[in-house]
Amino acid sequence: MSEIIRLSAADLAAKLAAGEVSSMEATQAHLDRIAAVDGDVHAFLHVSDTALQAAADIDRRRAAGESLGELAGVPLAVKDVLVTTDMPSTSGSKILEGYMSPYDATVVARSRAAGLIPLGKTNMDEFAMGSSTEHSAYGPTRNPWDLDRIPGGSGGGSAAAVAAFEAPLALGSDTGGSIRQPAHVTGTVGMKPTYGGVSRYGAIALASSLDQVGPVSRTVLDSALLHDVIGGHDPNDATSLTDRWPSFAAAAREGASGQVLKGLKVGVIRELPDSGFQAGVSASFRAALATMEAQGAEIVEISAPHFEYGVAAYYLILPAEASSNLAKFDSVRFGLRVDVPGGTVEDVMAATRDAGFGDEVKRRVILGTYALSAGYYDAYYGSAQKVRTLIQRDFDTAFAQVDVIATPSAPTTAFRLGEKIDDPLQMYLNDVTTIPVNLAGVPGISIPSGLAAEDGLPVGIQFIAPAREDARLYRVGAAVEALLLDEWGEPLLAKAPVLGGAR
Amino acid sequence: MAANALMDFDKALELYEPVLGFEVHVELNTETKMFSGAGNPAHEKNHGAAPNTLVAPVDMGLPGSLPVVNETAVRYSISLGLALGCSIAPSSRFARKNYFYPDLGKNYQISQYDEPIAFEGHVEIELEDGTVFDVPIERAHMEEDAGKLTHMGGATGRIQGAEYSLVDYNRAGVPLVEIVTKPIFGAEERAPELAAAYVRAIRDIVIGLGISEARMERGNLRCDANVSLRPRGQEKLGTRTETKNVNSMRSVERAVRYEIQRQAAILAAGGTITQETRHWHEDTGRTSPGRPKSDADDYRYFPEPDLLPVAPSVELIEQLRSALPEPPAARRRRLKADWGFADIDFQGVVNAGLLSEVEATVAAGASPASARKWWMSEISRLANAQGVEPSSLIAPASVAELQKLVEAGTLTDKLARQVLEGMIAGEGTPQQIVDARGLAVVSDDGALIAAIDEALAAQPDVLEKIRDGKVQAAGAVIGAVMKAMRGQADAARVRELVLERAAQ
Amino acid sequence: MRVSEITPELVRHLGMLARIRLSDEEVDRLTGQLSVIVDNIAKVSEVVTPDVAATSHPIPLQNVFRADEVGTMLTVEQVLQNAPDAADSRFKVTAILGEEQ
Ligand SMILES: [Mg+2]
Ligand SMILES: [Zn+2]
Repeated sequence: MSEIIRLSAADLAAKLAAGEVSSMEATQAHLDRIAAVDGDVHAFLHVSDTALQAAADIDRRRAAGESLGELAGVPLAVKDVLVTTDMPSTSGSKILEGYMSPYDATVVARSRAAGLIPLGKTNMDEFAMGSSTEHSAYGPTRNPWDLDRIPGGSGGGSAAAVAAFEAPLALGSDTGGSIRQPAHVTGTVGMKPTYGGVSRYGAIALASSLDQVGPVSRTVLDSALLHDVIGGHDPNDATSLTDRWPSFAAAAREGASGQVLKGLKVGVIRELPDSGFQAGVSASFRAALATMEAQGAEIVEISAPHFEYGVAAYYLILPAEASSNLAKFDSVRFGLRVDVPGGTVEDVMAATRDAGFGDEVKRRVILGTYALSAGYYDAYYGSAQKVRTLIQRDFDTAFAQVDVIATPSAPTTAFRLGEKIDDPLQMYLNDVTTIPVNLAGVPGISIPSGLAAEDGLPVGIQFIAPAREDARLYRVGAAVEALLLDEWGEPLLAKAPVLGGAR
Repeated sequence: MAANALMDFDKALELYEPVLGFEVHVELNTETKMFSGAGNPAHEKNHGAAPNTLVAPVDMGLPGSLPVVNETAVRYSISLGLALGCSIAPSSRFARKNYFYPDLGKNYQISQYDEPIAFEGHVEIELEDGTVFDVPIERAHMEEDAGKLTHMGGATGRIQGAEYSLVDYNRAGVPLVEIVTKPIFGAEERAPELAAAYVRAIRDIVIGLGISEARMERGNLRCDANVSLRPRGQEKLGTRTETKNVNSMRSVERAVRYEIQRQAAILAAGGTITQETRHWHEDTGRTSPGRPKSDADDYRYFPEPDLLPVAPSVELIEQLRSALPEPPAARRRRLKADWGFADIDFQGVVNAGLLSEVEATVAAGASPASARKWWMSEISRLANAQGVEPSSLIAPASVAELQKLVEAGTLTDKLARQVLEGMIAGEGTPQQIVDARGLAVVSDDGALIAAIDEALAAQPDVLEKIRDGKVQAAGAVIGAVMKAMRGQADAARVRELVLERAAQ
Repeated sequence: MRVSEITPELVRHLGMLARIRLSDEEVDRLTGQLSVIVDNIAKVSEVVTPDVAATSHPIPLQNVFRADEVGTMLTVEQVLQNAPDAADSRFKVTAILGEEQ
């Protein structure tokens, strides 16, 4: 395996800046890796045929002495929920097969402007509805740790691409855990920024009041570097915050070297029971907390009585908003059209949506239509929005006592493909710890905490901070990452099985 | 009973009390759309734009696109709310109205639902005899227009029988304010008149504010008229119908009258009124049933998650309030005094809905009397013949220009009427038409004198009669000269020349 | 608490509202699945009281506006780039049964 693909984005960027490696070489190395392993992993739905050109352009500009962004020349995988002008954007759905956007998502445009090289579009659950990437219309992505297991979802493609060394960095989107839960099951890092911290413009909407775009990587610093590129105010997204954000990369570097854990108050939620969590997940979580405590962190038990309503509220708000957001896929302006001989446009729309949407999408669209329909609104959607208020209050109370909250990122390690596909409710419970973060709009990060003893699969720990305190998560995340790396002696991913040629 | 049986209007009013309600949509003339930076087809810069050339991603619901609110549209909406006497909500918000239709790019309309920007107002409506009627306003809310469908392949170009339809999203996202009245009681036999007067009042208000071109024939102003009847003495309101597609003030009046007569006939025969939307047909002067209201009208409203509340400051509201133009009633009092018209003449202009046109024509240099004459007679006659609004035929500035030519003696009144027809037919400026049609007054005295001599030769006794004091005898000569000149002479000048001749 | 019984008729009606032509088999399957899901999420109405405000946006903002200035527009080619069918610079759809709202 080429050494280039093993480098973190930060290290690769340093070599690019020093002229030790060209972007052409780096990009080619990753394209080669994709060619070698993606037949097994299936992280990509589309591989760019212009990546090398873009890389050559960066090399030329660098040679000409142009001052480039820190990540210039580094390859980037892009979740297919983000629209791109040079590659199809399908959101994992058959209804958008071959769809070409006339504009780039803001995060993609900013990545290109910073010199990152889009490598391809990554697989996902259809319209980001799912926790396993099994709901992709284009077939599942497989977990690089065990090809019979799910890579998480909805952003399983982005997480698997990074974990399989097919890309050093990826863009994801997180509506209820779709960045953090895949990070958890693949031994990678994923960050869901404060709602409004990163533009949603060009992210094919699932649930507008929950969706947030964020970075996916193998190290905390790499996520911070990408977050610096994609974040900040965008006038095209009315919900985008106008805050001036600090450098997240600086925060991560400070965290990795400094003493940030000393005196840090870490909240652990009393109501999240150990039962229901896989033993190895709980153990890994407790061990990580102990490591933090040993460095001077103070573990504080906090109460979040309304978290138990989070999943229920989420599965009302998300389907409701999604049922409306997905109405645009109607066969008139773009996407699939199913002919209905002699049929009216209504027939064509209904047949197209039946043929073009998968089971999970239909399930949620029907559920959301129900939740919004006359007579049910107050009991369902209205109540769910009130639960959001209660969960925000829980967070407010907690953050009056602690600096960050820690939870396991998900209840179990990667389950087997097909294991939960016929049990939507079980699937939904996967996101019990990540969902409240989206409901409240606060930032959350998942970093690897180790392997579960019983199955040897990765486990993640999630840190949550108050809204707008994304930098705090990079500081704490980098500190914990550095400690654990010292314990392990090598990155967690070094323990992953060798893919591709070695098999 | 025949489907279209009508009861005599007076009889209907004897038996039933009409209750009205209106929903008027006003297209704002902002530079850009409600939620995107695409050019607004309701702005004069964009008239006649080719299909799908005024489209941003959100207007056609492209994946990933997001709406952002146009600040000017919000200010216009607040101004309109204030002009309607409404309270402005300290915080209002947008909602999604979900329904599938091909002219709706996102398959939901961004509108306002339970928290409109303006609520609880009233508008003073002056009826033809000058009495004032107070129409209560329930709310005015912001929303976006839909795209335009063209039905092809059917016999009539209507939706029924069409083989396929074409969709143009230029109009999708045009800023709208929808003004909704409360039920209007007490209009009685003047209900049809009130309907037209109400729409005219809204038109005057938005034109006064400068926030819409308010051209009904272009769809800038659209009125849905709700009509219900209740038997005399009954408390409970009757079932209402909502008549759509009424795009002139005259049609609003006719449609309301028609619905009163139609519903009365049904009720009197023991039938029931179906709650439905009905369509107005300009050609037949009838309404026909549209879609019955059903549980398919479950719009699943919910707060628009892509947009934030609109919370105008008190300072902004007061600033906009102080910038409001004078209210129409005050304006009418002022114009009447300025123009010096008799009551009946002024009320005629008001009733014809031509106040703004006359005002603009006077502003462009014409005398009030001449401006009134043009709009009230010739232009109204032509508009009536074509079944359109007078304002749609010609611009006030062009009328003033035409009048200048009359006053300069270049055109006689009769010639000027021909020029007007030419202008309406799009033949160019008055001067271009005069040149092209060869309409200028013959002002060459030599030619006139020659014609007079010829006429006098045919009627030798005329000069004698004039000299004897029978000045009216000149008329015969003047008539003959005008005929010889094919009307292109100034009759007053001819008369002068004849009298000069007699005095010699 | 069971707010509502999910019936095949209701699911069929929801399919009509959502413009998804559901087969009988799909209606049956969805009826079963939605019943289970709704039973589990209906508890949101238990915990809230009338005095709790609804949160529509996680980070409260207001008055986010755009200046009334013309921005980038799509070309007609871009507008029609993905059209399943088009004619005369417009999107083409088959006959429409219902009327405008
Ligand atoms: Mg309406
Ligand atoms: Zn409306």
